[in-house]
Amino acid sequence: MMLEVDGLDAYYGEYQALYGIAFGLDDGQIRTLLGANGAGKTTVLRALTAMVRTAGDIRFDGKRISGRATEDIVRLGIAHVPEGRGTFLRVSVEENLQLGAMTRRDRAGIAADMDRVYTHFPRLKERRTQQAGTLSGGEQQMLAVGRALMLRPRLMLLDEPSFGLAPLVVEELFAILRRLNEETGVAMLIVEQNAALALEFAEHAYLLETGHIVMDAPAAVIGADESIRRAYLGY
Amino acid sequence: MELVLQQVMAGLANGAIYACMALAVVMIYQAIDHLNFAQGEMAMFSTFIAWQLIAWGQPYWVAFGVTIIASFVAGILIERVLFRPIHNAPVLSSLVAFIALFSILNSSAGYIWDFTIKTFPSPFGQKPLFGNGLMDTHEAGMIGVTLGMLGLLYLFFRGTRLGLAMRAAAANPESARLVGIRVGWMTALGWGMAAAIGAVAGMLIAPVVFLEPNMMLGVLLYGFAGAVLGGLTSPGGAVLGGFAVGVIENLVPLVPYIGPAFGRELKLTFALVLIVVVLMFRPSGLFGRSVVSRV
Repeated sequence: MMLEVDGLDAYYGEYQALYGIAFGLDDGQIRTLLGANGAGKTTVLRALTAMVRTAGDIRFDGKRISGRATEDIVRLGIAHVPEGRGTFLRVSVEENLQLGAMTRRDRAGIAADMDRVYTHFPRLKERRTQQAGTLSGGEQQMLAVGRALMLRPRLMLLDEPSFGLAPLVVEELFAILRRLNEETGVAMLIVEQNAALALEFAEHAYLLETGHIVMDAPAAVIGADESIRRAYLGY
Repeated sequence: MELVLQQVMAGLANGAIYACMALAVVMIYQAIDHLNFAQGEMAMFSTFIAWQLIAWGQPYWVAFGVTIIASFVAGILIERVLFRPIHNAPVLSSLVAFIALFSILNSSAGYIWDFTIKTFPSPFGQKPLFGNGLMDTHEAGMIGVTLGMLGLLYLFFRGTRLGLAMRAAAANPESARLVGIRVGWMTALGWGMAAAIGAVAGMLIAPVVFLEPNMMLGVLLYGFAGAVLGGLTSPGGAVLGGFAVGVIENLVPLVPYIGPAFGRELKLTFALVLIVVVLMFRPSGLFGRSVVSRV
């Protein structure tokens, strides 16, 4: 397994947000974390990149990464697209992409990847000298994904990529994510409010409730079970 | 008219120093969100190092270069040793640390080099420029060095990867970590650069105000005033603010009625009044951004 999580607890101050989370993810897989607001989905992603205090075991390629600093974990090829997109609002679109490649030294490779991002997101190319803060929500989400790609990630952590976007834009974005997964084999762990969308996109799903994983099953199984959908996913 | 022009010129020359200090203040403010009250003492200490090197027989520019490098390293060390451990602590802890740094530097300078006033050489000489009394060569040099330094900083922040990383780390530390930037080191680098800029300011002002442990007190206040006027979030604005404070400070005594009352003696009061007035009417400064946060 590329990513193995075992017995993961997470804390905000004294408050414990995750209890004994265990799951895994292999190269090229797309998996999703589902659950109601406050169930701890975002916290799982934040725990993986050391943005919250944790206890327990997180391994990447068999090496223990829990306890390391965020910037060191990122350097292993784990790109986290955070809630709210983490855009650098006051710098240009192109500079945002350059920031995504901050851990790399190969100039030619960076330039090539920048072109690749622009082919996936032609709108970003049109706006590349604009300040990122002037982009629309959809464009900012594209930029966030593009910035993550500049890291040449092996694993992408996507926190509510559909949040606040128009349905058509969501469709476009997920089509691009699918293509990226097929072309580059990047694995994705995706947190979504829109459970129907996530279950269609991912092959496997984990259901979270108040900090515990209460179900761990193929997406198709969860999607087909009406009582689970009603009880946990609200559709 | 002649008198006004002369005062403006002298104001610009002083303003160059205030601009340097304002720039140093803003660099640290951007990185850690606090005003560094010890900025002036750091600059003073650096200047003493330069003085010592010159006294030991080093040529001016050698002393100048060595002092800048030493100040840069010292700035980084101060951040790592003193401020790194308390970067998550409440504001008051930082404040206390700043005051501690202030008195440590002030007293040790007094202990090592005593409190008597020393002269400090100017590399530009102090002959009248263009053969008239409007400005002397040292004042022109101060302005030139300040503008040159600004230009270099601009190129660094706009044109290099490291500069971009520093801007990103200051604007959005959490996202910066997520792209692999070592935010802690960027902060330390900001301290190093601020210390180096302060050292330049100290070495340029010392020929004018003379070298002694308390020489930067007034200068730092004017630097703060310049930074507040221009905006603590805007390096360019801070520099402009510094120049503006220098010019205004020199023109106030010429204003009929208020001028003579304010006089030379109350010049420093004027800097404080300016800070209060700006904070009342435009808290983010002339060129600063007001920070809006969503709740």
